[in-house]
Amino acid sequence: MKYINAKIDDMPVSVLEGKTIMQAADSIGMHVPRLCFHPFLSTEGACRICIVEVDGYRNYLPACSTMLQEGMVVKTNSPEIRKARRDLIELLLDNHPKECQLCERDGNCELQNLAYKLGVRERLFEGERKRYKIEDSSASVVRDAEKCILCARCIRVCSEIQGVTNLSQIYRGFNARVTPAFEANMDDSVCIQCGQCINVCPTAAFTEQNMTEEVWEAINDPKKFVVVQTAPAIRAAIGEGFDMPIGTNAEGKTVFALRRLGFDAVFDTNFAADLTIMEEATEFLQRLKKNKDLPIITSCSPGWINFLEHFYPELIPHASTCRSPMSMLSVLLKTYYPEKNNIKPEDIYVVSVMPCVAKKFEAKRPEHYSEKGYPYTDAVITTRELIWMIKAYGIDFVNLPDDDFDKPLGESTGAGDIFGTTGGVMEATLRTAAEKLTGKKQNKLDFYEVRAIEGLKEASIEINGLTLNVAVANGLQNAKKILEKVKLGNMQYHIIEIMACPGGCVAGGGQPLTEAGKYLYPMDWEMIRKRQQALYGIDTAKKIRKSHENPYVLKLYEEFLGEPGSKLAHELLHTSYQERLPRGIK
Amino acid sequence: MTGIIYKPLDQDILDFIKECTQLEHPESYLIAVLHKIQERYTYLSESHMDQVAHLLNVPAANVFGVATFYHFFRLKPKGKYAISVCMGTACFVKGADMVLEQFRTELGIDIGETTLDGLFSIEQTRCIGVCALAPVVTINDRVYSKVTSSRVKEIIQIIRTEEKTKA
Repeated sequence: MKYINAKIDDMPVSVLEGKTIMQAADSIGMHVPRLCFHPFLSTEGACRICIVEVDGYRNYLPACSTMLQEGMVVKTNSPEIRKARRDLIELLLDNHPKECQLCERDGNCELQNLAYKLGVRERLFEGERKRYKIEDSSASVVRDAEKCILCARCIRVCSEIQGVTNLSQIYRGFNARVTPAFEANMDDSVCIQCGQCINVCPTAAFTEQNMTEEVWEAINDPKKFVVVQTAPAIRAAIGEGFDMPIGTNAEGKTVFALRRLGFDAVFDTNFAADLTIMEEATEFLQRLKKNKDLPIITSCSPGWINFLEHFYPELIPHASTCRSPMSMLSVLLKTYYPEKNNIKPEDIYVVSVMPCVAKKFEAKRPEHYSEKGYPYTDAVITTRELIWMIKAYGIDFVNLPDDDFDKPLGESTGAGDIFGTTGGVMEATLRTAAEKLTGKKQNKLDFYEVRAIEGLKEASIEINGLTLNVAVANGLQNAKKILEKVKLGNMQYHIIEIMACPGGCVAGGGQPLTEAGKYLYPMDWEMIRKRQQALYGIDTAKKIRKSHENPYVLKLYEEFLGEPGSKLAHELLHTSYQERLPRGIK
Repeated sequence: MTGIIYKPLDQDILDFIKECTQLEHPESYLIAVLHKIQERYTYLSESHMDQVAHLLNVPAANVFGVATFYHFFRLKPKGKYAISVCMGTACFVKGADMVLEQFRTELGIDIGETTLDGLFSIEQTRCIGVCALAPVVTINDRVYSKVTSSRVKEIIQIIRTEEKTKA
């Protein structure tokens, strides 16, 4: 290993060969201002905010993409550099709408933060600025090209992390903009609606399709019985919106806040996660018995399902036909629940709080509409949207007491809780499948083999002399690797869990935005790990940790559904997929 | 994208793409392939770009990014009469910009566009090396010298009349 010795701001620095000036400066506590840079994506060098002065070079060099060399003398903060940086920000602002107060990223915008930090207090370059219409064709992702600063983070995340490559920069100079191929609407593109572009965008060029107004309206409509369900990953991240430490479990406070907002009943998607395991494990065992359509691939992540339908239609038979937990619960909330409580299903308004923007798309799929033509899920809001609602209502979230979900559709086991993290659905499936396969109670509850933090994890698990080959993938670029192997067929997998977002739902496209100003970027593994730990903590603290032991799920089968995999269960809890837009490239 | 009308590529172009895919880094032949297509069809249609994406295994978004980045590539078909106004230094100082402007007004189209009847398209070009004749306009292979904006109307009129008599 070779060390490089150099000087940054008169301080001696010694770092391993192959580090950039930015990395070297970071190591001695000099945080060079940056904008297009993202630690988990390739280096772009587009914004030039991180320029530094290096002795012997006539031009300023970008710290993010210049390697530190032996003997370099670097200045990060000369008066000229500071002025040049400020000019660069001013030029970006000149081409940017002046509507910070009306913007959804106000207070959490990297451009705004930088302008403030670098001391931009006046606009010196006033000229023509780009004008584009807001593109809101998609159910999930809204694109506002006027707010785009061409940092290309969205382009990079879409291709490098998700393997979709829906976006690219088109035209050049003043006319340059980011769009899908052929300037198609997001709706007509190969976009899988995962929302990772929203998470990495430094401004508000990408945002979710906001549904809060519809939800307020429903709550205030006396004729409607408004129920809400929250996904497993919400409780692990919502606290961040109120400056609570990352990884705080805020389940009880969330329930309390939702009741205060005026929801008539508060349920837990985790209940349906347990139900999903019942159905999915049954489906798996049937396929195993017939040795047909193996591996079974999980179907909870709507971003992944979109990816499957766009790019791997030939693998559709492998996907579990189970609806996602959200849709399962919504179906029950408009069938079983009204029947038991003497309410007209049409009067029930189901709101889902999800860590995901693709769920907004899922809820609008015709498969998730009743025969009478009403949707099972009326509105999907993200964790971010719920945080706004709570703040707008003036609720002091941090100091709320804890409250419990309504029964019976609010009770879950530890297996349901861990659905929100990568590896969680797999672990929950294994807990149930192991007992169903052996017919005996198993003591093993923690399947550390599948608790992945990395993007792809494979394991072989022995159950009763049978070896189950399983794989867990998060981030679709990782999923592709495993899907290609399935296509080749030289390795027999039994169960594959795929979640579209890196880290699983805990880092979904609808989760609170980490503040890059605090040097924390979306996809930060430490942040994801803390959120995961919150879920594993809930799981470990539960008495019942296997889905098939959830008494309320068992009662539901007894009273209403019959058996797992029954005809009614299939009608209500399962769905189908189809090849869609088979264009673009894998 | 759903509205794209499928237009198959000619066999020899398909063969060329296939050859490229057998070489190292097939994606690096993208520009060469686009050149060939534009040479044949006068422009790059969405259908053709989409086929290139599939065949070369390059995301359609990237193909479109490249096609729009380079001024050379056209996204609309050329007119039967491709008007090309020289904007080189000599032509420019002698009023080529006013000539270009006149063509745009007369035909109601912008640079890179084609009239609805498919007859005319306008492009601007850099010096074509006949500065003595500035300002110069070429229409297909015909060279028009010392063009003034007042002559533009007449030039178009003559071509239109020729077309009518042919028909």
